[in-house]
Amino acid sequence: MGLTRCSTGLGAVDCGLTVQRLAESDRVFALAGNPNVGKSTVFNALTGMNQHTGNWPGKTVATAQGRCVRQGQGIVFVDLPGTYSLLAHSAEEEAARDFLCFGGGDGVVVVCDATCLERNLNLVLQVLEITPRVVVCVNLLDEAARKGIRVDLAELEKSLGVPVVGTSARSGRGLEELLCRLRQLPPGGGNPLRVVYPQVVEDGISLLLPALRPVVGGRLSCRWLALRLLEGDTGITRPLTGFLGEDIAARPEVAEALEAARELLAQRGWGPRELEEAFVGAIVATAESVASGAVCAPADRGQELDRRLDRLFTSRATGIPVMVLLLVGVLWLTIVGANYPSQLLSAGLFWAGDRLREALAAWGAPDWLLGLAVDGAYKVLAWVVAVMLPPMAIFFPLFTLLEDLGYLPRVAFNLDRCFQCARACGKQSLTMLMGFGCNAAGVTGCRIIDSPRERLIAIITNSFVPCNGRYPTLILLITIFFIGEGDGPLASVLSALCLTGVILLGIGATLLVSRILSATLLRGVPSAFALELPPYRRPQVGKVLVRSVLDRTLFVLGRAAAVAAPAGVVIWLMANTAVGDTTLLARCAALLDPLGRLLGMDGVLLLAFILGFPANEIVLPIAIMTYLSAGSLAELGSTAQLRELLAANGWTWATAGSVILFSLMHWPCSTTCLTIRKETGSWRWTAVAMLAPTVAGMLLCFLFTAAVGLLKLA
Amino acid sequence: MKNTSLASLQVGQQGTVTEIEESSPMGRRLRDMGLVRGTPVRCLQLSPLGDPAAYLIRGAVIALRRADSRQVRVAL
Repeated sequence: MGLTRCSTGLGAVDCGLTVQRLAESDRVFALAGNPNVGKSTVFNALTGMNQHTGNWPGKTVATAQGRCVRQGQGIVFVDLPGTYSLLAHSAEEEAARDFLCFGGGDGVVVVCDATCLERNLNLVLQVLEITPRVVVCVNLLDEAARKGIRVDLAELEKSLGVPVVGTSARSGRGLEELLCRLRQLPPGGGNPLRVVYPQVVEDGISLLLPALRPVVGGRLSCRWLALRLLEGDTGITRPLTGFLGEDIAARPEVAEALEAARELLAQRGWGPRELEEAFVGAIVATAESVASGAVCAPADRGQELDRRLDRLFTSRATGIPVMVLLLVGVLWLTIVGANYPSQLLSAGLFWAGDRLREALAAWGAPDWLLGLAVDGAYKVLAWVVAVMLPPMAIFFPLFTLLEDLGYLPRVAFNLDRCFQCARACGKQSLTMLMGFGCNAAGVTGCRIIDSPRERLIAIITNSFVPCNGRYPTLILLITIFFIGEGDGPLASVLSALCLTGVILLGIGATLLVSRILSATLLRGVPSAFALELPPYRRPQVGKVLVRSVLDRTLFVLGRAAAVAAPAGVVIWLMANTAVGDTTLLARCAALLDPLGRLLGMDGVLLLAFILGFPANEIVLPIAIMTYLSAGSLAELGSTAQLRELLAANGWTWATAGSVILFSLMHWPCSTTCLTIRKETGSWRWTAVAMLAPTVAGMLLCFLFTAAVGLLKLA
Repeated sequence: MKNTSLASLQVGQQGTVTEIEESSPMGRRLRDMGLVRGTPVRCLQLSPLGDPAAYLIRGAVIALRRADSRQVRVAL
């Protein structure tokens, strides 16, 4: 396995756990909580940052840090990955536990979901065993109120013995009080409720405590440490030894006490399994009794609407049709919505390009500079902004809205059977969906998959679904070559349907390649998994629109400036550098031409795909610039002109088909590749992740071209 | 009281957990979500392709694959 300890999970998270204090006096608080309780929303609201939030468990895979200042006191918040418990041993849970135990923070905010408090209390109780410096933040109170669930915060505070604050982080309610309670938190913390274990376990703890206290001092909770030693938790040894400066289990008095305690347990017939059950059982029972005293909920817990939506989104009759309809709808909105701004931007930017040329010429710039700046850098940049940006800026917020609503886990639920057949993890559908937004984000998201085998499969196959940067290319080619120039609503619906087909092909390839990997390089059977289907939440439409349109626009603009403009310069230089009797560009294209032809494309396109390695959205602009630099057509305003240009360069619908297939399946962009390297810690797996889609794409293009040729379709 | 596996609960049916199979790697994960002996579980619905199924466990909806839910014994 190429995965190493220091490069995945804990290792990757570790770098984020070095606390960055701005001032000596800064106090540091960790934010812990179950997955999907609005921890990141609380974090953003407190620190004014913009961590990605969304309604699905496991979204925060990396830790984030932020700082705020109240009355001169700096407070640093560390957003830990969401965990259900600190007892099990996934990378996230270890990371969260290690920070809580050894991170040296001043306290912990445990964020809870008011609509599902009982289960959240399990984690609260486990954190309280580690440290008394805890403030419990009962979030989503607004959501709970809507469901008729009332939480008696005073009662909860009384039973837990630590400060409890109610918040609705999305509207910012309660956050100032939270900060206030944090500032007031005494260094010794509260007087927390202690989970009581069966007598024999308590006796074992009593045997260990006298041996542990002198060694550990006040640095750690001795009771918690005793429990872990009794349990025989080996995962804790390394960080514990690092923290204490010695391996305490090796100390004779500790080893002796531990032996005596284990013997005592064994005498009463308590093995590791009984112990584990007793630990969890006692915590769950305590949580149940605390919750029953503090929560007043209607019999159905206000879930009637959720269940009705679930029946619509995931039932046998409507689940899959609704899913496909939503996909078509989102793509249709993207196509229709992008059309007008695209025309406007295109006209505006090319007009500005002409003015730029005039200005430069008037200034007395030499011809080569004019060519380099205007025909090279500016035109590719303008193309990316005018044609590629609008669909990206529209698709992204629509996707985010569905994510906010809580629809993504439902898709995972619907599709899981397919992933089971591919012997992959069910959570892979979530990471695949993230890939629709951005493959690099999808690859990072694969951290939610615990099994290394399944995580690698998810990482390698992530780029089989088209990311945001590839939609514009697909849309443009579908519109030009398969639907025609019709402006009516029918044309856009047909385009959306075609694009849906392409995406379904990508999903099919994801499943097929996952299955092949499961049978070859990454042999194995799927491991157990549980997927939470969170309550639906009303999406914050306004906020999502503003945020993601702005974020996306700025991101794409930044990348266009960083990548598209230099690529334009390279193309122009290649087109204007003579090697013998021909240009360098023509040379390279000619070199690649035979392979390109074999795949139903040409050398220019293959070259564009290679030069487009830094960002998928520049592939088509590069190809077009290359055609332009060789041909006579100087201006390119409408899609009709574009069609003319492409046809003049030998394109048929079959060429467009090949480009679409190859765009869907080729090497991932450079950012994704680097992310894959970081996540797998191995260049070998990165190479596999680049080769898999490339080989699949080439094979598919070759077969497609051969079939078209044999059947004389084009 | 009829003893059966979680996987054989019909939609709408409710049971109480009596045991989680020892060898199950699922055990710990389920316990973390509050599924221990004595926890009531209701089967809410099946996914469109028949597997996995969604269960109501302590107020949260959790989807489990049949292969995993077979490891959990429940009393009706």
